[in-house]
Amino acid sequence: MTLREQVGPDFGAYGGRYMPESLIAALDELTDAWQAAKQDPGFAAELAALHKSYTGRPSIVTEVPRFAEHAGGARVLLKREDLNHTGSHKINNVLGQALLVKRLGKTRLIAETGAGQHGVATATAAALFGMECTIYMGEVDTERQALNVARMRLLGAEVVPVKTGSRTLKDAINEAFRDWVANVETTHYLLGTVNGPHPFPTMVRDFHKVIGEEARAQVLELTGRLPDAVAACVGGGSNAIGIFHAFLDDREVKLFGFEPGGRGLASGEHGATLEEGRPGVLHGTKTYVLQDEDGQTLESHSISAGLDYPGVGPEHAWLKDLGRAEYRAITDDEAMQALRLLSRTEGIIPAIESAHALAGALKLGVELGPEALILVNLSGRGDKDMTTAGRYFGLLDEGAQG
Amino acid sequence: MTETIVSPVQAAIRAAGSERKGALIGYLPIGFPDLATSVDAAVALVEAGVDVLELGLPYSDPVMDGPVIQSATQQALAAGFRVRDVFTAVRAVRERVDAPALVMTYWNPVLQYGVDRFADELKAAGGAGLITPDITPDQAAEWIAASDRTGLERVFLAAPTSSDERLRLAARSSRGFVYAVSTMGVTSARASVDAAAHVLAGRLTDAGADTVCVGIGISTAAQVSDVLGYADGAIVGSLLVKALGDGGVEGVRRAASDLARGTRA
Repeated sequence: MTLREQVGPDFGAYGGRYMPESLIAALDELTDAWQAAKQDPGFAAELAALHKSYTGRPSIVTEVPRFAEHAGGARVLLKREDLNHTGSHKINNVLGQALLVKRLGKTRLIAETGAGQHGVATATAAALFGMECTIYMGEVDTERQALNVARMRLLGAEVVPVKTGSRTLKDAINEAFRDWVANVETTHYLLGTVNGPHPFPTMVRDFHKVIGEEARAQVLELTGRLPDAVAACVGGGSNAIGIFHAFLDDREVKLFGFEPGGRGLASGEHGATLEEGRPGVLHGTKTYVLQDEDGQTLESHSISAGLDYPGVGPEHAWLKDLGRAEYRAITDDEAMQALRLLSRTEGIIPAIESAHALAGALKLGVELGPEALILVNLSGRGDKDMTTAGRYFGLLDEGAQG
Repeated sequence: MTETIVSPVQAAIRAAGSERKGALIGYLPIGFPDLATSVDAAVALVEAGVDVLELGLPYSDPVMDGPVIQSATQQALAAGFRVRDVFTAVRAVRERVDAPALVMTYWNPVLQYGVDRFADELKAAGGAGLITPDITPDQAAEWIAASDRTGLERVFLAAPTSSDERLRLAARSSRGFVYAVSTMGVTSARASVDAAAHVLAGRLTDAGADTVCVGIGISTAAQVSDVLGYADGAIVGSLLVKALGDGGVEGVRRAASDLARGTRA
């Protein structure tokens, strides 16, 4: 079997469905609906039409030579998921699941969000399809991503700041599961990344694999060959698996996932789950988890809310153990410097999440040399991060509202 | 039925059923507000008429718990709760009272401790077994093997949305009792217990479960009495945790004593 053919529930020793019995029927129902939709050419056509007329797919590939001068002279190409409607790759999965929800006859969407990108995408789909929408967001994140909170509310969603635990993404997921248990008859939990119980890791990946499928063809057309390396940031891992998947069986293409190194791995304040975690169960799946000796989940840290998560999708855990993908940490500062560099050299302001992949590409270019061709998933745009960047680089005038 | 051995938990529930309307099962988290007080509180529950103890292992991400239990278990963790404290607490409780003590735990702490090591130490401490809210029998091969080996009981959950096939799986896989989730929701005291609980208890019996206890949302003696009209046991958690938080050991003793009236009328 090829690596691309692997589907859940299990990815090697990882994955599965560690969930309360109360949710098993809904997960089975979702699995069945997804299987039926995969067999139905009408579903694929409907989703493709939405992507063409609403998302803006295919997203383009942009070569960034002035940025690449800082990457050892390697050629660097960006897959521009930042240009999608709502500003990131998250819309790919959201529209796919929302179409499934229509088939299930449910009328309410709930979702967790870290940076707010998935919440905005979900609120957008709810507005588009006339569904109710509640978004759970850690209280810490509602503060650092206030602009996205306003966007979600403008779109008609209720945003619930989660005040329990570390008040970030992991706690928002807990709260979304609790809501789902209580309201499963009318409500779909539109999980935003490639983790959680089966079928989410496989299904969300399948909705995002279009990123890599498009990019692989675009890079071939532009350069006549496959890239030497593909780089993506990894929090839960959805944009990374989306761009990796088409290349899994191209063994000559190296795959690199860049995790949030926060204030450095030695500081303990990071979200580098695949480097510093160990296998365990969190949020319904077996995967690498940042945890203490007792199996209590540790709080992660990242300047980027979207990567601030102590777990990771099980397919990444599997790819790491297989040695098919390599995962490295990028610190907050490395990411912020890369964010500024891309802005100044190419006129493209990336999301802080995606800036981790850019910082990784700068190092990869130096390692691989000037002949190398590096494809980076630019998973989101930086509009939402202007307050953080403004403070970080001292760009705000005194007295400005930030 | 090939299982002929009556487990300690089942025996306690049956004894309650022959002497009274049925069994009262009381939940409290270990380490809340501190380890010693949580032991005293568990002992007080039994002295006040609780037949089976369900001692919770505080966990950082308790997706099946409502605000009262979340807050208590977070407090226990902040106060330094360690997984090994479970065995200390179970041993201390069992030295003072006879009621069987089940541990309610999310799966990762057991997995990290080592499933076999956890089972052995729980058995040695006098624990009866585990209630596992976030693993289902089809995902629990390691625990089923460890509990078969040690003779520990294993309580799986059943929900109103479970298919008949899944109810048969829960009935077949559980030992001690099957935990019937009364309503679609997380733990908390509720004004009324869903009619769904009655239906579910009947479906579980049809699916081959010989002992069914109902939990989630039960907080008054009248509700206990009502549930015992169609199930073998009633499980109470949030109300007791709140009583312990508000009124200490004597507060939770009064609350348990009040609930226990529901097992008699």
